[in-house]
Amino acid sequence: MGTVDVKVMERHQKSFWEKSYIPEIARGLGVTISQFFTNLNPKKEERETFTIEYPESGTAHYAPRWRGQHRLMLREDGQVRCVACMCCSTICPANCIHIEAAEHDDPTIEKYPRVFVIDELRCIVCGLCVEACPCDAIRMDTGVHMKPRTDRTTSFHQRDELMQLGGLSIATRGGQRAIRDGESR
Amino acid sequence: MPEWLISIIKIAAIVFGFVMAVASLLTVLGDRKQSAKIQNRIGPNRARLFDKGFLQNTGIPHFIADGIKMVLKENTIPDGANKFLFLIAPMLVFLPGLFAWATIPFMDQWCTGQIQVITNHQEVCTGGEWKNYFQIMDINGGLLYAFAIASISVYGAAIAGWASNSKFSLIGGLRSSAQMISYEVTMGLSLAGIILLYGTLDFNEMSRLQGEQLFGFLPMWGVFLQPVAFFVFFLAGMAETKRSPFDLPEGESELVAGYITEYSSMRFGVMQLGEYAATVFIGALVAIMFFGGWQVPWLYGDGFHFGAPTGTPDIAVPYIAVVLLRIGAMITKILFFVWLQFMMRWTLPRFRYDQVMTLGWKILLPISLANLLVTALLAAIF
Repeated sequence: MGTVDVKVMERHQKSFWEKSYIPEIARGLGVTISQFFTNLNPKKEERETFTIEYPESGTAHYAPRWRGQHRLMLREDGQVRCVACMCCSTICPANCIHIEAAEHDDPTIEKYPRVFVIDELRCIVCGLCVEACPCDAIRMDTGVHMKPRTDRTTSFHQRDELMQLGGLSIATRGGQRAIRDGESR
Repeated sequence: MPEWLISIIKIAAIVFGFVMAVASLLTVLGDRKQSAKIQNRIGPNRARLFDKGFLQNTGIPHFIADGIKMVLKENTIPDGANKFLFLIAPMLVFLPGLFAWATIPFMDQWCTGQIQVITNHQEVCTGGEWKNYFQIMDINGGLLYAFAIASISVYGAAIAGWASNSKFSLIGGLRSSAQMISYEVTMGLSLAGIILLYGTLDFNEMSRLQGEQLFGFLPMWGVFLQPVAFFVFFLAGMAETKRSPFDLPEGESELVAGYITEYSSMRFGVMQLGEYAATVFIGALVAIMFFGGWQVPWLYGDGFHFGAPTGTPDIAVPYIAVVLLRIGAMITKILFFVWLQFMMRWTLPRFRYDQVMTLGWKILLPISLANLLVTALLAAIF
């Protein structure tokens, strides 16, 4: 038989006041009451509540990488940046991007999307299309939520709608991504 | 105005205008908002009547939404329940909380003539008579009446527990009747000392007596005369309302919801409202017996008197303003004690059942007996 090494813990002896509970209850009440009045402070910044009340607080607290509704970026002359390379529609796990390419008038630009439709009902907001895009043509940084709808046909976002949300992008192909002042984020 | 019309107006104003309004507001402001503030949350604020203004985020309309929800829910009666008793139990829980308000004075009686303050701060009405406008029923046994009516709600809880034909309900009903009966003993005994000192059972007379001054400056409130009794009475009163930390009868971790397990729809709502109304009633009792009732410190019929009355007040106040101040003081005191009870509820964890019984019979009862003995001895000597 071996011996077991038992460590004897010293118990915290309660004093008479602690046993009577009254000072402890008063202390607890002090904590809750001070917390109560802190959070009643008319200055909202000095309260300790950290709840963000969503519809009123807006989208200002969203992270810059937050993904919302898509937008198509524009060239400096206002044309769509997309060159209809099909990268986004290929990588899209939900198969929600439909592109029909057409030949561009400008010989330096090979193609442009004649039709560019995103089915926002199928979109799973994964952001892979943005990652795949080689020319910064599609972004999801509008800060706009996908809107609830009663009619499914309105969920197909056409090219022009997407371009209206979009802003100017002057990224150079294969080069650095540049953001000009005044461009929406 | 005929006497009966005045009575009806008083009943409407006090019971529906004050008690019911406060009790239903407490379901939102007391329980949900206050606890949210304590716990760094915001609490319910989505139900709104107005889109703008400072009230838009208070969440007050939630109690209307809750009421509508309660009324529209299906009303179930369990199989094997005793239908008559099952239906009558919510009323027995709820109505005593309203009936008991009959003797609560919100102001001294109205003087139709000229009011004068004589020595010892007594108010005399010359050239007129006292009209009972601020108390539904002026009986000189008001304390007995209030206690007799308030203890009927024990039957409500016990009957609700038995008639539901559910074991959870039965245990909840047993617990609540045992707890309420134990604490009623303490409540009554803790008040015996104060009755001994005031020599009256009339609430209005009690409040009037608390207008005198101790040592020439301190208002003679019950809490200064009987601090131990106040402490014991407040604890026992909280236990009477069956709310946390004494909410063993509905300890949801063991008993689902105790004696209200089988109730649904507005019957459940009425049971809950009864608890809130009881909370307000305990607040009123504490305010009247220990905090001077409608008395504002140093304010008498014709104005503020600091020290011994000299015939003319130190600061003259018109009688109508005195009346309004006193009603305001009574309501403020009641609301403060309601707030304090809710604060206790959200501070303290629930007792174990044997601890509740130990506290009631082995601690509070001996304290209140000793308090009575000492008070009686001192009253006999001085």
